[in-house]
Amino acid sequence: MSNRLNVLKTCKLYIGGKFSRSESEHYFPALDKKQKPLANLCRASRKDLRNAVQAARKAQSDWSGRAAYNRGQILYRMAEMMEGRREQFIAELERAAVSRRRAENETDTAIDRLVHYAGWTDKYSALFSSVNPVASPHFNFSIPEPTGIVGIVAPDDYPLIGLISLIAPVIAGGNTCVVISSEKYGSIACTLAEVIHSSDVPGGVVNILTGFRADLIPHLATHMDVNAVLCAADDPEQKKNIQESAHLNVKRVHFYDGTNWMKEESQTPYYIMDVQEVKTTWHPVGI
Amino acid sequence: MIPDFKQTVPIDQIGVEERVARFRTRSIKKESKLFALKLALRMVDLTTLEGMDSPGKVRQLCYKALYPHEIDPEIPQVAAICVYPNHVKLAVETLKGSGIHVASVATSFPSGMGRLESRIDEVKYAVEEGADEIDMVISRWAFLKGDYGYVYDEIAAIKEACGPAHLKVILETGELETYDNVRKASDIAMYAGADFIKTSTGKISPAATMPVTLVMLGAIRDYYIKTGNKVGMKPAGGIRDSKTALHYLVMVKETLGADWLDPDLFRFGASSLANDLLMQIIKQKTGHYQSPDYFSIG
Repeated sequence: MSNRLNVLKTCKLYIGGKFSRSESEHYFPALDKKQKPLANLCRASRKDLRNAVQAARKAQSDWSGRAAYNRGQILYRMAEMMEGRREQFIAELERAAVSRRRAENETDTAIDRLVHYAGWTDKYSALFSSVNPVASPHFNFSIPEPTGIVGIVAPDDYPLIGLISLIAPVIAGGNTCVVISSEKYGSIACTLAEVIHSSDVPGGVVNILTGFRADLIPHLATHMDVNAVLCAADDPEQKKNIQESAHLNVKRVHFYDGTNWMKEESQTPYYIMDVQEVKTTWHPVGI
Repeated sequence: MIPDFKQTVPIDQIGVEERVARFRTRSIKKESKLFALKLALRMVDLTTLEGMDSPGKVRQLCYKALYPHEIDPEIPQVAAICVYPNHVKLAVETLKGSGIHVASVATSFPSGMGRLESRIDEVKYAVEEGADEIDMVISRWAFLKGDYGYVYDEIAAIKEACGPAHLKVILETGELETYDNVRKASDIAMYAGADFIKTSTGKISPAATMPVTLVMLGAIRDYYIKTGNKVGMKPAGGIRDSKTALHYLVMVKETLGADWLDPDLFRFGASSLANDLLMQIIKQKTGHYQSPDYFSIG
C-alpha cells in the first residue's frame, strides 16, 4: 500500500486559448458516481463570462474568414487528438457518470461526430444556398453566414457527446462560442478543453466555463454581444430567463433538452443551420 | 522666477512605478463608477489625426461629439474635437453653439521639424480659422541635446502667437528617454506659458503611460505650489478602455486634488476610449453587457 497522497486536479476555465482561474476565486468539487471528490472546478463569475465573450468576439472574424476546408481540417484534427486520449475519456466518463460500455460507446460516437461535422464545413453552404427566381433583371442568390457568437448551455445527461454535438456544428459554421458546462460533469469539459487547446483551434473560438448555471445564464442571455443561445439544460426557470432576455438584441434561441445525443439522427447539417443567417444578394444583370 | 533648467529634479523610477501599480489595484463601484465614467467622457478630446482625414470623417467625428448616444440624453458631451488645422473651419461650423471646443495640432505636428517661423504661421492660421485650443509639439532634437533655452523660447513664441487660444504643449515622452527628462520638459513648458502639458502625439510608441503621467502631475503640483497657477494635464494615445481611464482619474485626484477633476484641467486624448466609456455607462445603467454593434462609430 502506497503512502502517496492523491493529487486532485483543479480544472481551470478555458478563455481565449488560455487556461485561467476564475476571477471569483471560488471553487466547487466535482463528484464521481460514488459521491467522492473527483476534481475541483472553478466557479466562473459574470466577469469570466464577459472575458469569454470578449475573447470569442476577438476570434470571430478570423475564424469565419478562414477557408471552410481549413475549418474542416481543424475539426478533424480535434477528432485525432480525442482518439489519442480515448482511454482517458473512457476512464473519466466511467468514473464520473456511466458504465464502462456506455463510456466506450459515448467516446467513440463523440469522435465520429467530430469527423462528421469536419466533412460538412465545406459542403453545407452549397446545400443550403439557393439561386432565386425573381421578376426583375437581377441575379438573386442566398447564402448562409455565421451568426457570430453562440452561447452554449451544455446538457447534464450526456457529459461528452452532448458537448461535442453542440460545439461541433457551431464552429463548423464559422461561429465562435462560449460554453457553460454541465454543473455535474465540468471535469470532462475541462479535458475536452485540453484537447481543443492542442488541436489547432485558434484561441477564443471555443471558450469553456465551469460553474453554476444560475450565476451565468442571466448574464449570457442579456449580453448584447452574444448572437445566439443554444440551451440543452432542462431547468424551466432558466429556459424562461433565456427566452425573456433574448429579446434585447434579438438573439437566436434554440432549446435542445430531451434530445438523445447518442442517436445517429442527432448529427445533421440542420444543427449548423440553427446558427446561420441567410444573406440574400440582388445583383443587377442584363441592363 | 524661472529655475535653472540645467539642474535636474531627480525622479525615483522605482517609487513612481510602485505608486502607479497601487493605483491600478483600485476599484470603483456603483454610483461612484457612473460618476467617474461620465466625468471621463466629459474630459475626452475626440481625436482624428490621420493623413487620410477627409471632411466627411471630421464631420462624422463632430456628430459623434454632439450626439454621443441618442438613446440616453443624460449622457454628457465630450470636451473637444482635435483635428489638423485645415479641418478646423469645418469643425467650428459643425459644432457651432454646442460649447464643444475645437483643438488643432500645429507646429509641424508630429515631428516638430520645421522652421520656427512657419510653425508660428501654422498656429496663427489655426487660430484664425477658429481653433480655441492649440496642441503644439516641442523640438525634441533641441531638448535632447541640452538646448533648453531653444525649447523655452519656442514655446513662449508660440504661446504669444496663440493669442486667446489655450496652448497644450506635447512633450512626446516616448522620445524623451528618462523620467528626469519628462520632469524637466514639463517644467520648461509650464514656465514658458503652457496652459496644458500633454504626453504624446499618439504617433510614437509608447504613448501615454501612467508612470509618465504621474511624473508630469508631480511637476504640475510643484509648479502650482511655487506660482499658484493651475496647469492642465492631457495624457494622449493608448488609453482605450474605461478601466484605465478610471485609474488615471484616481491618480489625478490623489496627486493634485479634486480641483483637477475638471475638463478645464484634465483631458484624455483618445478616439476609441469614448465608445468604451459609453458602453460602460449603459452597462452601469442597464446591468447588461454591451456590444459595439449598437454604438455609432466615433
